[in-house]
Parts: sequence; structure tokens; C-alpha cells
Amino acid sequence: MTAEVLMPLLAGVPLLLGLAGLLLPPGDGGRDGRRRAATVGVAGAALALLITVVLLVVVAEPVGVTHRWATFGDLPVTLGFSLGKAELYVALAVTVVALFVQIYSVTYLHDDPRYAPYAAQVSLFTGAMLLVVSADDLILLLVGWEVMGACSYLLIGHDRRLPEAPAAAVKAFVVTRVGDVGFLLGIAWLGVSAGSFRISDVLADSGVPTVALLLVLAGVAGKSAQFPLHTWLPDAMAGPTPISALIHAATMVAAGVYVVFRLFPLFAQSPAALAVLGVMASITLLLGALAATAQDDLKRVLAWSTVSQIGYMTGALAVGAPAAALFHLLTHAAFKALLFLAAGAVIHAVGTNLMSRMGGLRTSMPVTFWSFVVGLGALAGVPPLAGFWSKENVLVAAAHATEGEGPAPVWVGWVVWLAALTGVAITAWYATRLLLRTFFGHPRSRDDRWSLGFDDAFYEESADPVPHDPPGLMRWPVVLLGIPAVLLGLAAFLPGFRSALELDQPHLEVSILLPMALLVLGASSAWWLWQAAPGVDPAKALGRLRPWFAAGFRLDDLQNRLIVRPVRALAQGVRLTDERVVDAAVEGTGTSATRLGTVLEAAHRAALPRAAVAVFTGALLLGVVAAIYGAAS
Amino acid sequence: MIAPTDVSSALQILLLATLALPVVGALVVALMPARLDRGARIVATAFAAVTFVVAALLALPTTRDFGWFDYGGTGAPPVAPWAEVDLAWVPALGIDFHVGVDGISYPLVVLTGLLTLLCCGYTVWKVPAGGSGRTLAALLLVLEAGILGTFLALDLVLFFVFFEVVLLPMYAVIAGWGGPERRRAARKFVLYTLFGSVLLLLGVFTVVAAAGTGDLLALAGGYGLSRTTQCVAFALFAVAFAVKAPLWPLHTWLPDAHTEAPTVGSVILAGVLLKMGTYGLIRVGVGVAPEGAAWAAPVLGILAAAAIIAGSLVCLRQTELKRLIAYSSVGHMGFVLLGIATLTVTGVQAALIGNVAHGVITGLLFFLAGAIKDRAHTGDLAGLGGLRESAPRLAGLLGFAAIASLGLPGLAGFWGEAFAVVAAVERGGPLWITLAVVAAVGGALTATYFLRLLRRVTHGPATGAVTGIPGVAPAEWLAWSPLILLTLVVGLVPALVLAAGADPVAALTGALR
Repeated sequence: MTAEVLMPLLAGVPLLLGLAGLLLPPGDGGRDGRRRAATVGVAGAALALLITVVLLVVVAEPVGVTHRWATFGDLPVTLGFSLGKAELYVALAVTVVALFVQIYSVTYLHDDPRYAPYAAQVSLFTGAMLLVVSADDLILLLVGWEVMGACSYLLIGHDRRLPEAPAAAVKAFVVTRVGDVGFLLGIAWLGVSAGSFRISDVLADSGVPTVALLLVLAGVAGKSAQFPLHTWLPDAMAGPTPISALIHAATMVAAGVYVVFRLFPLFAQSPAALAVLGVMASITLLLGALAATAQDDLKRVLAWSTVSQIGYMTGALAVGAPAAALFHLLTHAAFKALLFLAAGAVIHAVGTNLMSRMGGLRTSMPVTFWSFVVGLGALAGVPPLAGFWSKENVLVAAAHATEGEGPAPVWVGWVVWLAALTGVAITAWYATRLLLRTFFGHPRSRDDRWSLGFDDAFYEESADPVPHDPPGLMRWPVVLLGIPAVLLGLAAFLPGFRSALELDQPHLEVSILLPMALLVLGASSAWWLWQAAPGVDPAKALGRLRPWFAAGFRLDDLQNRLIVRPVRALAQGVRLTDERVVDAAVEGTGTSATRLGTVLEAAHRAALPRAAVAVFTGALLLGVVAAIYGAAS
Repeated sequence: MIAPTDVSSALQILLLATLALPVVGALVVALMPARLDRGARIVATAFAAVTFVVAALLALPTTRDFGWFDYGGTGAPPVAPWAEVDLAWVPALGIDFHVGVDGISYPLVVLTGLLTLLCCGYTVWKVPAGGSGRTLAALLLVLEAGILGTFLALDLVLFFVFFEVVLLPMYAVIAGWGGPERRRAARKFVLYTLFGSVLLLLGVFTVVAAAGTGDLLALAGGYGLSRTTQCVAFALFAVAFAVKAPLWPLHTWLPDAHTEAPTVGSVILAGVLLKMGTYGLIRVGVGVAPEGAAWAAPVLGILAAAAIIAGSLVCLRQTELKRLIAYSSVGHMGFVLLGIATLTVTGVQAALIGNVAHGVITGLLFFLAGAIKDRAHTGDLAGLGGLRESAPRLAGLLGFAAIASLGLPGLAGFWGEAFAVVAAVERGGPLWITLAVVAAVGGALTATYFLRLLRRVTHGPATGAVTGIPGVAPAEWLAWSPLILLTLVVGLVPALVLAAGADPVAALTGALR
């Protein structure tokens, strides 16, 4: 009973509070205005967290509630919600991260005059993700899915001082929307095929064609930043840093993985769809990791690492291990939120995103430093931090698939396994590089060229020349997120958690040695490069590949050349056709009618003699015709 | 307890009042002296308000258990309205004054009442340059009468008469209160749509001559007309309504008319006038000539998909604010027509809700575009920019309307577009799947051009044109907030529009199965 009431509220409360927040004055409402906006924002996330916790306590078996929403022909659309333990763990991750982001933002945006709509949009964003998590109807899920896209657009474009922000926002929405073309068609297909959009009905449908699943995957690729639709994510760094934390950790990019998890029974029936997913995942995993090695922008390293880590999740799905994917999603949410919020603290303190302007921050920002150590360690998969256990799970699942277990073809298992192993070494390499470049070595002094790059935290022209740890409201979320980043992996030893996710028992066998060796290899080579030439970027060792990696393999250019420019040219062509052919034909009818009228009018304008002749000729002609007609009949 | 007969006679009075009130109002307002101009506009608003309330009350029978739909029984009309009035008009020719309301027309009737009310209220606050305010208000009421009559008519000839009544007042509104190029635009509008009307007239007489009656209830389902007659009639109807809707490539009157029309003219034009085309296609085209509709459906579907893509692509390179929104209508009506072309219940229902949603959202968009143009004195996208710096509320509303218009789920625009695609998938087969894909791609393009619009107008540093412009006035809030609310409400509770239409639509398309 409690659950049935609370399930719709889980998404409903933050959505309603978000809408209410949008009604608050957008300008700088003074201290009171800010406080009201902050209260509404934090309350939305906090209430959602509370509801999640209550639901976790009361819900033992998966529960559902369904109301009729609309009917199109024979196709019912329902307002249906269903939540099991696994879904609730995702909701927990979402709400915890959202709450911390809201609290953190109060300080981070303390002098932003457009804070009120920002906080409201974060609430809407959270609510939309919770809708995706709790929806038991594909159309309802699509609502959350797209509202999230719109909120990401608004939030990425939030910063008025960044000329690149509006373009990045548009790119994020449009690229994901391109994926959503497939998603909508896929949903339509699934719904029509099952005669209902309820997920439980769709899952029960046996005759789902592979093409529908591939269409759904297009949407997943857009939302979860999978190759080739990953290009929006690095640019999305133009958003304020807390937004990056929200997008990367628990919402948006997690949504795609979550949808495949939800629909996994369908994917398990289609080896072809899994193969496509596996190839996509492996490319994304390596591409993201390699691109991360050469970035100078702190946030961009983290952004590319997200691309790569999502690749691990989709890889796990591709080899038939949805539990491992979800486990990695949860640990990733913890350590990536930690990393982004800590990165925000760094940027806040030094006033730039560029690592080449950082260094030696270890002594002046000890809390942030240790947060980074934990976060990067978890990212790289250092035991016993969270990322180690979840990544281990993915690797084991892939290794199993290479032996022909599970629904995926054997070769997909091999591709994912090899990519994941390679990824371990590269991840360790760039994580080490980030840590060394930012926190070790000598502090670099500020100069005039300081404020270049994505300086989204340029709020304070701090008179204080020494960077320092952030104030309490920003520090505590970071510190608290450190706890799951360290311990969440150990949850795999809790039988309750394992059974909820249907996760395998962690096995520390010999197979663990290979990734460990690769981890050490990656980390130590980065360290060796760094200490061999102090002050020089280890990425220099990449040589001529470096600009290539830094530009994300120039896929942006490719996308520009193959899609954006042709579409633009086509649009120009269509516009001209519309004006010069379609409309000109219409206008032409008008002008030629007028011209014809002028000619006829001129012909009728005649002096009396000619007119008289014309009349008599006409009469004569008519008479002749009449005579002939009369004679003939 | 009220007896059913009392209810139905009360409804008949309401029905006639819906049509008579705007006419009376227009006369009263037009006869008021010039010195009472503002008073006349207030009187017009009052008449519009009463008409709106009366129109809204027409839904009363649905609230009780009323046998307003009849499946069984031979000879019973397949589409039974909730309320109808049938008076002999020209008995010699078998033409009746037959009006009625059912689930298909009701949402559009209410929408017409609402938009006219908002527009009349808007003229109380602001009269565009060009003529007296009370004349404009009177013309709006005449327009309302014509549009309501079109939606309520249940006789083919009557339908045609009302369809034509709308033309001249709209011409006068554009030519009298429009922008610098108003005369040319108004002439183009009236001539182009007259061309459509000629075909409609031909179609009407083809049907009336063949069937011997103009009663739409009797004709619904084909009335045993021969296949050839149906095909000819449908072709004539389709072209006539395609001009009005408008369907690509018969759309070129629309951008000119919208760019030049005053704000209230654009709102009525986009909000309800275009709907006469799509409504006519459902009620008259599909209803009277179902076999013809089935015959022409693939062509209609292909043109609709072409309209979606062409409209979006033109918008992508458009540089004028109102022109862009006008072209976006071409794309949106493409979705509506695609829904109709599938000839499935899903598709026609999607078309109905798409109609209403487009009326609400595009009405709002034109209000906003008008407000921006009036303030900045330019509609050129290159000259606008940074609106959110100088007028954050206005920019926020534009953002809301644009996001609604690009079909964000949870807002009104989503249902019509998504389910037009679903209906095409449901229809199946290579052609319709392709059309579904094309339409879905058009959805992505729609997002692209609306975001381009927002990026140009709201983001970036404030340009000279938008610096120091006034914020949203209370009268504007009053005119806009119903549309904002409806966008949200129809998005969240689509059943409001859909529920009553389900059975009549099933009856209309039932003739095809």
C-alpha cells in the first residue's frame, strides 16, 4: 500500500518542485530569493531520497502500479510504475548524487544571478531520471528520457560567460535527439508488436524483431554517449561542474545503460543485437580511454573517462551480464560524482580547468587531494576501492562469454574482454597522469593567460593567491561521496545486495592477476614518464598521436563534414527551391494571369471603326456557324 | 432530476447560441460609436467569453451516461453527435441547417472559443497599427462564427458556406492591421485559398449530386457512392483541404500571411484556421469518401512526410522569426496529415490531438514572437540575441514554447507527433515504415531548428535591439497563461482531448475495415 502511493511520488515530487521552482523570480532575488530557490531545490532531492529509502525498506519483491493514461486505437498507454530492489538501488544512487549536487551548487553558484532556474532545472532533471528508473511503460519512460535531454540542454547552456556553452548545449540535445529517432521508432515497433507499451507486456512478447532492438540501441548510444554518438559528452563540459557530476554520474548517461538493463530479456534473445552492442561498447571503451590520455582540460579527462567507463557497462550488457553492468553503474556513480565535485573544488580554487596551469595542489588542498586519490583509484580499479570489484565483475563476465556461456556470440566475448583489459592499463595511465599533473610537482604561478579554457568557475577573482580547500557546503558532499567510492565495491559480499542485482559472488582467482599487472604497468609508466622529465606532460610520449587523441580522433570533424554540413547545404537548397520554384510557380500564376488580362484588355481597347468591324465580324461568324449547324441537323 | 429530452433541448439552445453569440457580438461591436472604442473591445471580449463558456458546456452530455454513440442497428447513422439541430433551409435542394457536436469537433470548438477570447482580450490591451480596434474585434468575432460553424456543420453545403465565411474577415485582418507587405500577403492568401474553395465546391456538388443529400451523418461511411465518385470527390476534397492545412507543396501562402498578419491574426490563423483543413479532411474527406481516402492514402502520406522534412529544412535556414514559426507549422501539420493518411484509429486520434496541441503551442509561439517583434522592432534573427539577459521571463517563455513545439514528451506537442509515427509503424509494410522513419527524422530536425532559434534569440550577449525592452505585461500574462497551462495539461492528461474522440473516430475509419 505504502509502496503504491510512494512509487509515483518518487519522480513526481522532484518534478513538481522543479516546476514550482521555475516560477520563482529568475533574476537575482537577493538573499531571500536565493534561499527560497535553494530550499525548493534541496527539498526536491532530499524528499526523493527519503522516498527511495522508505521504498527500500518496505519493498521486498518487485511491485507495480498501473493506471490507464490514454488510448490510441487499440494501443493503451499506461501511467505504470514498477520497482524492484535493483531499480531502487539505481534510484538511491540518483537521489544521493542529486542531493549532493544541489547542496554543492548552493556555494558553487553563490553569485550567479540565474541560480533559481538552475536549481529548478536540476530538480526536473532528477525527477526525469527517476521517472526513467521507475517507469513501467515505454511511453512514460520516453517522457523521462526526453525531459532529461531538455534539462541537460538548459543546464549545459546555463553559463552566460562561456561563448561555447550555447553551442555545446545545442549539440548535446541534437546528438541525443538523433539517437532518439531510433529510440522512438524502436519503442513504436515494440509497442505495436506487443499491442501495449507496458514493459512487462513487451518483455512477454516473443516475436520481437532484432531491428527494433537495434533502433532502441541507437537511442541508448545517444543518451549513454556511445560511439558514434558520443561526441556531445566532452563538449558538455561547458556546463557548470556540478551539472557534469549529475550528467556523468547518475543521470543521463546512466539512462541508456539502465534501459538496456530493463529490456535485457529481449536483448538476450537476439545475438545480433548483442553483437552490435558489444562492438559499439569496445570501440567506445578504447576510444574514450585513449582520448582521455591527451587532454589538458581536467574536466575533459573526466568526461572522456566517462565515455570509456560507460563502455564497460555496455560491454557487460553485451556479454550477457546485466548485473555486472548495473554494479559498475552504481560504483561509477559514486566515484565519478566524487571526482567531478572534487574537480569543481580545484577549478574553483585555481580559476582554470587546464592542468598545465595546475600542480602542487597537494599541500594546499589536502581534502581535495585525498578525494581525488580515492576517486581516481576507484576509477582505475585499485583494490579494494569500489571500481575494482565492479570492473572485475565485468572482466569475469567477458571471460565467461569467451567460453561460449551466455547469450552473446563467442567472438563478442573476446572483443569485449580484450578491449576491457586494454582499457584497464590506459585508465591507470591517464588517472596517474591527472593526479601527478594536478597535485604533485611545483605550483605554477598565475599569469595573464590564466583565464583561458573552460573557466566555468570564474566567479571569484580571489585575492587569496594560495588555493585552498572549498568551504563546508562544497567540502562535505565530496567527503561523503568518498565513502561509497571506497566501500561500495564490498557490497558484492553482502548476499542481500547480490541477490537483488543477481550478481555473482566475487571470486579472487588467478584471473585477477592479469588486470592487476596491466594496472601497475599503466600507472607506473605514467609515473616513470613524469619523474623522468619533471614538469613535462607525460602525454608528450604519445608523440604524433597526441593531437589526434586530444581531438577525440577528429570524429567531430568527421561528423561535421558528413552530417552537419550536408544537412545545412540541403536545407539551403530546400529553402531556395521553396522560394524560387514552389512559391515562384504560385506567384507566376498570379503574374501571368494579370499579364494575360492586360493583353486581353489592350485587345478590347479599340477605336469605333475597328470595334464596329469586330462586332460585325463576330455576328457574321456566329450566323455562319448557326447556319451550318442548322443545315447539318 | 432532469429528463433526457430537457437536456437535449437545452443542448440545442446552447448549440445555436454558440453560433449566434459571436455574430450578435460582432454586430453590436461594429455598431458602437467610435469614441467608445475601448468599451467596444471590452464588449467584444465579453461576447467571446460567453461564447467560450457556452461552447465548453456542450460537453455536458458526456458527463452522464448518455447513449451518444450507437454501434448497432441498420440505418442508424454511424456517427451520432452529442447534440444536434436540424432545420430545413433550402428544402427544394435538400439542404438543411444541420449542426451538431461530437468528440471529434468538440476539442476544436473549445479551442476556437478560447483563442478568440484570448485574442479579443489582447486587443483590449493593444491594438496593432492600421485601423480601429473595435473593427478588429468585430472581425475576430465574425471569424469565430465562421470557424465554429465549420466545425459544427453536419451538412456538406452548410460546411462549405461556413468554410468560405472565414475567408474575407481574415483577408481584412491581414490587409488592415498587418505589416508593411500586408496587401500583397492578404491578396495571396485570399486568392490561394479561394482556389482551394473552388475545388471544395466541386467536390461538394459531386457528392451531393451523386448521393442526393448533403447530410454528413448520412453520408458518413460512403453512403454507397461508387468507387469512382469517391475517388474523384476525395481527390477534390484532399487538394482543397491541403491548401488550407497547408500541405506541402501547397503551403506558400502561409509564410507570407503569417509574417505580415498582426499578432492576433497569426494566432487565429495558426491556432484554428489551419485546423479547418485537417478537420475537413477527417470529417468530410475520410468520412464521405472512405474508399477514395484509402485509394489516395499513400500519396497523402508521402506528401505529409515530405512536408515534415521540407518544412523543417526550410526552418533550419530561416532568418525571420515569424516566418520560421510559420514554416514550422508546415512541418507540424505534416505530422497531423500523416496521422490521417494512415487511416487507422491510432493515426486519426493522433491527428486530433496534434491539431489541438499545435493550435495551443503555435498560438503561444505567435503571441511571443509578436511580443518580441513589437519590442525589438525587428524579427530578423541576426538582429536579435541575448534575450535572456534583458527579459529573462520572456526568454523563458519562448524557451518553453519552443521546447513544447519540438515535441517534448510530457507536453502537448508530443502525443500527436509520436503517435503519428506509431500509427505509421502500426500500418506496417515498406512504404509506411519508411514514412515513419522519415517522420521521426523530421522530429530530430524540428529539435535542431528550434534550438537554433533559441540559441540565436535567447543566448549570447544582448544585442542593441533587445536591450532595455520591457518585461512581460500583466495583460500578456493573462492572454498567455491559459495557453501555457493547456500545453502542460494536455501533455499530462491527453485523455482530455482523446477520450471523447475515440468512438467517432473508430466509426469513421470503421468503414474501411
